[in-house]
Amino acid sequence: MSQSLLESRVGINTMAIIETKNVTYTYPGGTKPSIRDVSIRIEKGEFALITGPSGCGKTTLCRCFNGLIPHFYQGELIGEIIVVGLDITQHSIYELAKHVGLVFQNPENQLFALSVEKDVAFGLENLGVPREEMRKRVDWALNLTGICELRERPPHELSGGQQQRVAIASVLAMQPEVIVLDEPTSFLDPLSAKKIFEVIYELNKTLGVTVVLVEHRLDLTARYASHIVIMDEGKVILDGEPRKILSSEETRLIGVGIPKVTHLYHILKKDGVILGNTAPLSSEEMASLLKEALKT
Amino acid sequence: MIQVEDVYFTYPNGVEALKGMSLTIQNGEFIAIMGQNGAGKTTLVKHFNGLLKPTKGRVLVDETETTKVSVATLARNVGFVFQNPDHQLFSETVEDEIAFALKNFGFKETITKRRVTWALNLLGLTQYRKTSPFMLSGGERKRVALASVLAWNPKILILDEPTIGQDYQQKEKLRQFILQMKTQRKTIIIVTHDVEFVAECNPRVLLMRDGRIVEDGEAKEVLTNLEILTQASIVPPQIAQIFLQLPELGLPKNVIDIYEARNRLLNILEKDIT
Repeated sequence: MSQSLLESRVGINTMAIIETKNVTYTYPGGTKPSIRDVSIRIEKGEFALITGPSGCGKTTLCRCFNGLIPHFYQGELIGEIIVVGLDITQHSIYELAKHVGLVFQNPENQLFALSVEKDVAFGLENLGVPREEMRKRVDWALNLTGICELRERPPHELSGGQQQRVAIASVLAMQPEVIVLDEPTSFLDPLSAKKIFEVIYELNKTLGVTVVLVEHRLDLTARYASHIVIMDEGKVILDGEPRKILSSEETRLIGVGIPKVTHLYHILKKDGVILGNTAPLSSEEMASLLKEALKT
Repeated sequence: MIQVEDVYFTYPNGVEALKGMSLTIQNGEFIAIMGQNGAGKTTLVKHFNGLLKPTKGRVLVDETETTKVSVATLARNVGFVFQNPDHQLFSETVEDEIAFALKNFGFKETITKRRVTWALNLLGLTQYRKTSPFMLSGGERKRVALASVLAWNPKILILDEPTIGQDYQQKEKLRQFILQMKTQRKTIIIVTHDVEFVAECNPRVLLMRDGRIVEDGEAKEVLTNLEILTQASIVPPQIAQIFLQLPELGLPKNVIDIYEARNRLLNILEKDIT
């Protein structure tokens, strides 16, 4: 199917690129659901951040977005999940993979080819992308993730951080409409992680790629988000605009680690110092709030 | 005590991972080893429990050279929790996983049981006692791996990236646990990229780059030295970033604690108001 046909189909029906309605899912052999009554809507072009305590169902929810649930994991799925206009229960993982790229938490679960280059090209080969185009896209993805010099190396010999870059590159090469990343930089050093997030943010801004990012480290990532979903014990607890959500008392009570600058803003507020109307999400924002306050 | 004396290490494929390192770690110290991917951090700590032996130089643990004892003997004193829990877990239930090493070390059954219960409780895993580790989330599996090492109570504890996949509350528990271990004179060595966690714990920080130590000092000094951090591919903690961006305020550069930041800011903001 041509890209434009699909885009028009998605565009006409709805602007939501991911929509779940009352989704409850239990893994095979599980005694209780891992996600419960989840209804969320992610618009095309959003940068959505999903966070919440460990074991809250974030990863499980991501597995629904590319059909790994229910096709691979099976189990019991109740409710409706529409991704890029497709009902995931009615379409195969193979079909969904053309539209949704998933970067796993553990890169080892994703890589299998004999060289980095082959791993990154694998998805494109499957789609039957012409050779010249394939070469271009592989180079582009290797370049963006800073691993050009690793192209001949076997992925299983690489460090955890390098493997994560390969996993990200192989998803980027597919140029999917939606990229779902489950703690994609956990093994990377802070500067490399920051660079990767900036690349993803850039793709989101310039190409309009929808990003769904699962992360605990909000100090690093909150600044990029246009939408935050907070989960706890399988349920969606809060869903909306990042500054509002990270300023709410509930967020703190669940034990989500809000960015230090946002926290500092609220501590100062309690002390009677109000720096502007909206809470900062990055140190740059905090620094300019402080500059402003000291000017007057 | 761990002594590293001019250690070089080259992997069989020719990669030179350590290029002349010397270092002493006293009993009861809490150390964070930081630095970019491929700097040699994991290679270094694998020398502490004898998993790797120096190509040149010596490593002594409690005054015994690591080449002179088996890994099994060293393991009794040096517990190692891997970065990726899947490299470590293999039992059918969480309980069996934690009991495994205890049985191997020849602990009595009653003690094994007590230790398992203690470790499960400490890491918030009691509800998963009978669950397969592979049914758990990434963050939970990481805690199972930690519990299985803590259970045998080693004198030196090495944690490779302990905060990966851990939420805020789990990290806070880990921090408190480490502090508690410190009061018992245990040596804790963490390898981590998590600058915010290090800023909260305030350990001695070793910064590595390209097989060598480039900085060794207090967290609040090392993590606010922008020049050296950039070389090691580390971003300063968020609180430090604010102060580094506002040199005109004349505030000290080495602030990483949120409450210290607040006090200093209140000072100048109030001064400004009056």
